[in-house]
Amino acid sequence: MAAPYDLKDDSVVVIIGSGAGGGTLGNELAQKGIDVVILEAGARHEYEDFTNNEWDSFGQLAWVDKRTTSGDWRVAKDFPNLPAWIVKSVGGSTTHWAGASLRFQDHEFKALTHYGKVKGASLLDWPITLAELEPYYAKAEDKMGVTRTNGIAGLPGNNNFKVLKAGADKLGYKECHTGNMAINSAERDDRMSCQQTGFCFQGCKWGAKWSTLYTEIPKGEKTGKLEVRPNSMAQKIEHDKSGKVTGVLYTDKDGKQQLQKARIVAVAGNSIESPRLLLNSESSTFPNGLANSSGQVGRNYMRHTTGSVYGIFEKPVHMYRGTTMAGIIRDEARHDPSRGFVGGYEMETLSLGLPFMAAFLDPGGWGRSFTSALDQYVNMAGLWIVGEDMPQEDNRITLHKGEKDQYGLPIANVNFSDHKNDIAMRDHAYEQGKALYEAVGATRIFPTPPYPSTHNLGTNRMSENAKDGVVNKHGQSHDIKNLFVSDGSQFTTGGAENPTLTIVSLAIRQADYIAKEMAAKTI
Amino acid sequence: MVTIFNRKAAAPDTPEPIEKQGLSRRDLLKGGTVSLGAILVIGGSSIIHPQFAWGLETSNLKPETMATLIQLARDIYPHDHIPDRFYAIAVKPYDAKAGEDPKTKKMIEDGIADLDNRAGKGGYIGLGWEDDRLAILRKVEDTPFFQTVRGGLVTGLYNQEQIWPLFGYEGESYSKGGYIARGFGDIEWL
Ligand SMILES: Cc1cc2nc3c(=O)[nH]c(=O)nc-3n(C[C@H](O)[C@H](O)[C@H](O)COP(=O)(O)OP(=O)(O)OC[C@H]3O[C@@H](n4cnc5c(N)ncnc54)[C@H](O)[C@@H]3O)c2cc1C
Ligand code: SF4
Repeated sequence: MAAPYDLKDDSVVVIIGSGAGGGTLGNELAQKGIDVVILEAGARHEYEDFTNNEWDSFGQLAWVDKRTTSGDWRVAKDFPNLPAWIVKSVGGSTTHWAGASLRFQDHEFKALTHYGKVKGASLLDWPITLAELEPYYAKAEDKMGVTRTNGIAGLPGNNNFKVLKAGADKLGYKECHTGNMAINSAERDDRMSCQQTGFCFQGCKWGAKWSTLYTEIPKGEKTGKLEVRPNSMAQKIEHDKSGKVTGVLYTDKDGKQQLQKARIVAVAGNSIESPRLLLNSESSTFPNGLANSSGQVGRNYMRHTTGSVYGIFEKPVHMYRGTTMAGIIRDEARHDPSRGFVGGYEMETLSLGLPFMAAFLDPGGWGRSFTSALDQYVNMAGLWIVGEDMPQEDNRITLHKGEKDQYGLPIANVNFSDHKNDIAMRDHAYEQGKALYEAVGATRIFPTPPYPSTHNLGTNRMSENAKDGVVNKHGQSHDIKNLFVSDGSQFTTGGAENPTLTIVSLAIRQADYIAKEMAAKTI
Repeated sequence: MVTIFNRKAAAPDTPEPIEKQGLSRRDLLKGGTVSLGAILVIGGSSIIHPQFAWGLETSNLKPETMATLIQLARDIYPHDHIPDRFYAIAVKPYDAKAGEDPKTKKMIEDGIADLDNRAGKGGYIGLGWEDDRLAILRKVEDTPFFQTVRGGLVTGLYNQEQIWPLFGYEGESYSKGGYIARGFGDIEWL
């Protein structure tokens, strides 16, 4: 069969979500000749439609359907209905993402073994190793055109990077460069090179930055084996008496409810919507939601230990010019408990435009202490901290008891509290960031609190044993053989690295597995 | 509806005498106008900035309320190099909201009245020193009124493209070919 597919066609693989996980899986399967329908809640905006304006872009792409929050994180107070900054659009959060593409370190796949039992944390080893994932990392880096891999040159350093590098040198850091970025430093894969516009978070209007929107998805569509349905929000996954999933109930672009039959369903709605969908798919056979015999669906929500450090200098930096995140220091990413915490963190350049800086520098702040910082906007440099946070059972996505969305389904609540280890790590990173900028002459420093989560992970974790998690090492649910999870919610633990390269690698690996099992008729 | 008659969308801060705009200052003064603070002239249903070419008409909130709101906005996010009219643009939507929603109207009018009360004779705007006004604001900063006004300003003020250059932020860059040839790595003082 070829796309478009009939609603009654029960031979198709239905993927929910077209972001890093879903978009990649869709293309990989289509390349193998497998029929795929991707249901995407958001609209399709091509890269010409993107805008160099932070709030307009947010309005165009971000997921703003209501969610609620709880827990002691500051986001719950400052942005009670915006726990996460992620996307609802074809391409998912790979439209907004910055492109930092790092492999996990070996020990991070074995967090429990290396860190030992940490009180209050639900650490677990991944059921896969770095060695097993390496060939897929290599494929993903090639697919995404990651700089400093496959002979691809690094990006040139912008002003914000130069400040970071000067500070890193002063502090004696050894591993500081312009990053491993899924951004073309030269033309590649029919996409042009980075023009240093500085709006990576708003969608790259040049297409220089990898996004499933204009790589995986059109490539998959070209095979005739992939159909993407935008404005199609999945609401419930249906199953038969044997417990196998049979199709997905969704609302189409005209607001009509449809049922797309399926041979296999893969959930890739990012780590808030994916568990929400599984929970909302409860039935008399599965009263606690699909794939949830372990009770782990929605639990162990991770968001990386983050924070930013901005410094003000006597002279101009113009940090917003050029690639937003092409700058990294990796020296603190090691596991070294002598610092007072387990796991490690990366420091990466970061810049916000004036409108977002006003919203995120010190949410709720006012008066001259706040405004005198913005008055020095031109003289600011900034970095972002991204480190491994501790999975905790009660940091979790649950269904709201009272509030429903426009389709009458319970909305998600995101409960999150920092673990002691997260706080110790963040404090350490703030100190290092401060020392770094002061070493280059900063006159004022801002230890800026975490933004709404851009990295959302772990809520359908992978585990060796069915009782410890939701999916196995292929992202296949322990309970239901033809139900897969294909996004960052599979992560057993978070690692210190930005997650997308790992999400894409897992999706490529999962496609191989699905194809093999389909051929063997086990699913 | 509030109309901000910002006479010319020209370069920020080109002073233009209000007389040129058809609404003479004398006309306004005739209608029992009060002058609050140093700069804003309030008359009938409008606020006129006498030196710079903008004015604002209210239809749901009292013009005095609007004038105080503008001062409040500046006290919350004070940027001495940003002229009043940008603060006026930032708070003007409250007039329309007050028309649609009596609760908003009450919250704003009561909130401002409370500030005036706390300030005593001469009202909030009559307090000459920012510090004296801040002393009041610190007492009310947790009220829904204050938080609504503050929260609204985050986008209402800082998302006005016209003020970005005043902070040195260059905004949109795609149409100029990005910064690849325009100084993305031009730092020299390091
Ligand atoms: C500003 C920003 C910067 C970032 N920078 C980086 C970076 O530099 N490096 C990095 O590694 N990561 C970065 N990230 C994170 C990265 O974007 C995500 O980790 C990644 O895209 C997650 O992939 P995913 O497949 O899990 O979900 P997404 O890419 O978010 O895709 C999920 C898709 O599913 C859709 N969906 C959800 N529910 C439903 C439903 N019920 N029915 C139909 N469709 C549904 C959504 O609309 C969305 O399009 C950044 C994120 C942001 C927001
Ligand atoms: S800086 Fe480069 S990658 Fe970022 S949006 Fe501009 S062209 Fe794209």
